[in-house]
Amino acid sequence: MAWTNIEMADEVIKFFKPYSSVNLGIGMPTVIAERIPSDLNIMIHSENGVMGVSGRPKKENVSPTLINAGKETIAVKAGASFFDSSLSFGMIRGGHIDYCVLGGMEVDAKRNLANWMVPGKKVTGMGGAMDLVNGSKQVIIMMNHFSKDGVAKLLPLCKLPFTGLDVVDLVVTEMGIFKPNGKAFEIIKLADGVEKEDLKIDPSALF
Amino acid sequence: MNTKNPKVYTDALSALHDLKSGMTLMSGGFGLCGIAENCIDALTMMDVKDLTVISNNIGNSGRGLVKILIQDKIKKAYCSYVGGNPDLEVRMLSKQVEVELVPQGTFSERIRAAGMGIRAFYTPTGHGTLIAEGKEVKMFDRPCILETALHADFAIIKAQRGDTFGNLWFKETARNFSPLMAMAAKTTIVEVEELVEVGEIDPHDIHLPGIFVQRIFQGKNYKNEIEFLVTEN
Repeated sequence: MAWTNIEMADEVIKFFKPYSSVNLGIGMPTVIAERIPSDLNIMIHSENGVMGVSGRPKKENVSPTLINAGKETIAVKAGASFFDSSLSFGMIRGGHIDYCVLGGMEVDAKRNLANWMVPGKKVTGMGGAMDLVNGSKQVIIMMNHFSKDGVAKLLPLCKLPFTGLDVVDLVVTEMGIFKPNGKAFEIIKLADGVEKEDLKIDPSALF
Repeated sequence: MNTKNPKVYTDALSALHDLKSGMTLMSGGFGLCGIAENCIDALTMMDVKDLTVISNNIGNSGRGLVKILIQDKIKKAYCSYVGGNPDLEVRMLSKQVEVELVPQGTFSERIRAAGMGIRAFYTPTGHGTLIAEGKEVKMFDRPCILETALHADFAIIKAQRGDTFGNLWFKETARNFSPLMAMAAKTTIVEVEELVEVGEIDPHDIHLPGIFVQRIFQGKNYKNEIEFLVTEN
């Protein structure tokens, strides 16, 4: 059985060391913030200028000036800090953030990521993704395994424009956990009942 | 001798009086968080066009800078993210507005560099991607691309509290790009929720020294809109 988004989030969290710092991308990765056990003492960074996100605010504590990079209202915990965008990206580019978890459109065996545009059709922009993949100590991609057409998004080589080259450390999908090693995807773990052939990854890109 | 403080203005329209067509304008805020609401509303009433606008999102879903985008006052935009801004995405794909997408960290650092007198810097961000096209590449520990400073004629920013010298205090994540833009523009216009006398903000608590601020006024009728309200229960 394929994992739910919450099960995927819990799989990602198992990689986090206690007292580490994590940046969570827009979309699927945001669920991680609500799943991290408080005794891990993880500091969640959001690139719009906050360290120490604790999850969702109570209704009575909502502040319009307290949001994450997905522009959703958030709460912060003791030890939190606020800062400007330049300092925030200095934390990222300077290699001070331990993990970033981003969504993805395509990841390839050469550790490349594509997640910011489909030429001529859809442009969301890269936001902070290009800085995050080049600056974070470890880059984890959390995404659906298949496109809407049922094609695996883990490829021998990305077809869409790159976000970063040789940057992805780990891919977590509903089917399992995969590590691109530069030549192929190594299978770290599969969801219960998922078989290798269910992955539909090009055999040349599967270890 | 008692002279009038030249920094203090009465409202957005008077503070923006010499903004002209064809100029470059920086606008603070992340999405709608921390945007200069009064200045943006004033721009909708002004007869200006062909503006180059530098702002992370250029507003969102009909709000913020989208108000002047749909009046066709923007010729070129520098931003990092257009998701959630269909008015801009359409104009970008049809080439009605020239859009330069800049990675957000490079975006903020290019603005900071302008304010700090740094002409350019090398960064690994964007190497090997479309945004590296035409840029100088240099090998350090890893290949890096050369990015140049981003200047502006005007910046419009909002702070929670400011004094009559222009010292500013920002609330929570409303700070984002605003202090950087204040440093990068020739003329920085600040609107505040609370305009106070000098001395009322403790010097330890000043997030942006007033040296970077040329004009300041007491704003009004703030909406402080929330884009995505998400709560615990």
